[in-house]
Parts: sequence; structure tokens; C-alpha cells
Amino acid sequence: MSSPLAAVLRRDLALARGGGGGLGLVFFLLVVTLTPFAVGPDLALLGRIGSAILWLGALLATLLGLDRLLQADHEDGGLDLMHLAPASLELMIAAKILAHWLTTGLPLVIAAPLFGVMLGVGPEATLKVAAALAVGTPALACLGAVGAALTVGLRRGGLLAPVLILPLAIPVLIFGVAASDPAAETVGPLGVLAGLALGYAVLGPFASAAALRLLRD
Amino acid sequence: MRLIADRLGVDRGGRPILRDVSFAVAGGEALKVVGPNGAGKSTLLRALAGLIAPVAGDVRLDGGDPEAPPREAMHLLGHLDAVKAGLSVRRNIVFARDVLGGEGDVDASLDRVGLGALADLPGSVLSAGQKRRLALARLLAAPRPVWLLDEPTAALDASGQALLAELVAEHRAKGGLVVAATHLDMGFEAARLELGAVAAVS
Repeated sequence: MSSPLAAVLRRDLALARGGGGGLGLVFFLLVVTLTPFAVGPDLALLGRIGSAILWLGALLATLLGLDRLLQADHEDGGLDLMHLAPASLELMIAAKILAHWLTTGLPLVIAAPLFGVMLGVGPEATLKVAAALAVGTPALACLGAVGAALTVGLRRGGLLAPVLILPLAIPVLIFGVAASDPAAETVGPLGVLAGLALGYAVLGPFASAAALRLLRD
Repeated sequence: MRLIADRLGVDRGGRPILRDVSFAVAGGEALKVVGPNGAGKSTLLRALAGLIAPVAGDVRLDGGDPEAPPREAMHLLGHLDAVKAGLSVRRNIVFARDVLGGEGDVDASLDRVGLGALADLPGSVLSAGQKRRLALARLLAAPRPVWLLDEPTAALDASGQALLAELVAEHRAKGGLVVAATHLDMGFEAARLELGAVAAVS
């Protein structure tokens, strides 16, 4: 026996293990690898823009798995099943977002210091990037859920959702990069980033559930 | 327990699908919803389950837990079987049971619907009829008093249809109630609700 929320969380983790979970990480690696080819082998320059590149790569990698978040459960009737559960749809969506972040966001946070070495980012800066990503990627996952819910019935939703949520992700990017600056005081930006993450953590499940109720009839 | 629809009206995409649908089903009874394609049978069942908000009228469940919303006493077997290809048959049914908050015996319910031997195979190998049987196993693994069945015999073979009739009879004997949308005879006696007046006009 377990609660409906734990059931959703465990199943989504098992499904992610089954296939495609590491794709975002590979994409992140590719972005980080390609940038030095574009910018040139100037280590000083790479070190200066490295944290920004890590953030951009992580942001784009987060978008990659969004179509999987709700689309499959919409198409095979899984969302109908969850609707009948003795727990609110908002909490079910929150459990799905948590599973999504654990399988796509958390690997990015763990890999960021490693990829930082490839860009010549100093050790202090990479740790700051990882800390900022740890706070910022849950915010991106919550925003992404809103985009995924709004495009759930659309055939090309996988492309539309990123277009919808990228403008809303700008504050996360600005304060995330600011909180990763090795030369500056970063407690302030990190606090703002945490505030944004908490706000989106509330907004995400409620807005997604409302969108699903409106769009799925 | 009594499921009551009172002058129910449902729109989809701005078009009226159902108007003034009223009925009551008591525990132990069954209601068969009939009508041509597009008459709103599936829409009615989804509205009963609360997946679509009605524009008029309401759905009540008398005699249930007054604290819980009616949907928590309902099973909805729709056209989609919610079977995940990447999970084993047993994991699929365990998930459905846990999400619905049931405490039934998973292996017993799989045996009952004839999938006991396939429990460890992935959902992707199941045929359409076997997926339907897996959906039927949900009814047993997470017992709930109200069954909303949408074309439950679709893709089922003769023994599957007999199984369905048996399950429905047992469920009614225990005081449960069934609303089924169908074109076919399902092997059990039931009151009839004809839909299609609105569809015929528009």
C-alpha cells in the first residue's frame, strides 16, 4: 500500500529509468562541447562566459523533456485515472513535476561542475553554478509543467511549450547567472532565485491543473 | 447508495451535446446508455465522473462519504486503457490500484481476468483485448461502488464478455451500481437510457 502521490512518483521514476531519461544530460553535454568550437580556444574568455553557457545549456536541456511530462498520460488515459484518485489533481501534478525534476533537472545539477571543468570555469565558480542550478532548475520544471499542460492536446505541442515558457524563464536565467558570478557577492541573487523558485513551485501545479481541467474535455 | 443525474446539460467545444438528461441508479442496479455514434454516451460518462464540468444540472451520489467528492467512489473505464508499454503488467495494475487508493489483491485480480500468466511481461506485448482485461482488473484491485463503463465489451472475445457479465453481476450483488454505454448486448439486465435527441436536431 502507498498513497496515490507516492504511486505517481514511483511510476514516473520507473518509466524514466526505462527510456530516454538521460537525453537531456547528453544534450547539455553537447551544448557545452560545441561552445568552445564556436567561441575559439580562448581559455580566459571561456572562463568568463562559462557559467552563462552552463546556464543556457541547462535551460535548453530542461525544455527538451517537457513533451514527455504530460503528453503520454494524456494520450493513454493515465490522466483520467489520476483524476479519479483520492488526491487533488494539483498534488498529482506536483508529484509528476518532482519526478520530472529528479530525472531531468537533478542530473544537470550534478553534471554542471564536471562540465564546468571543460569550459575552464574555476572551482569556486562551478560550485556557485551548481548551487544556483539546484535552486533554479526546480523553478524551470514548474514553469515547464504549465507549458506542457497548456499544449497537452496539440500535435506539435513539443515545440510550442518551450516558446510559451521561455519568456517566463528570463528572470530565472538573469538571477541564476548573477548568482553564479565568482567575482561578486551572490547571496542576494541566490535569495531572489529561491524566491522565484518558491513562487513557481506554487504557481506550477495550480496553473497546470487548471489548464488540464479546461483543455481536456 | 444512489447515483443521480439531475437535468444534466453538457457542451463540448461550444456545441451542446447533452440537454436535460435525468436519471437515478440505485445500488444493485445497472443502467445501459444507448444511442447512435455521437449521441454523447462517452460525454455523459465523463461528465458523471467529473472530467467535464456540466453547463447545467448536477450529478450527486447519495449515501456515499459526504466528505469525499463523488469521483472518489467511481471507476471510469474509457476507450483509453491507461496501460504503460514500458511497465510490466503487474506494475501497471499496482500503479492503478495505488492511485485509486484500493487495497485489493493484485495477483488475484490478474488471475481473475486471465492475465495471471502474463504478469511479468511488459505492457507493450498486450493485445487490445488483453489491455481491456487489464483495465477490468482495475475494477477488482481497487473496489469502488460506482462503475462507469464505456463500451466495455470493445475488443473482448466471447469469454471476456462472459467474464464482464459475471463481474457486473457480482458487483451488483454486493450493492454496487453500474452505468454502461454500449451498442451491444452485454449479457446482463439493465434499465435503458436513450440518448440522441440533441444530436438528431443539430
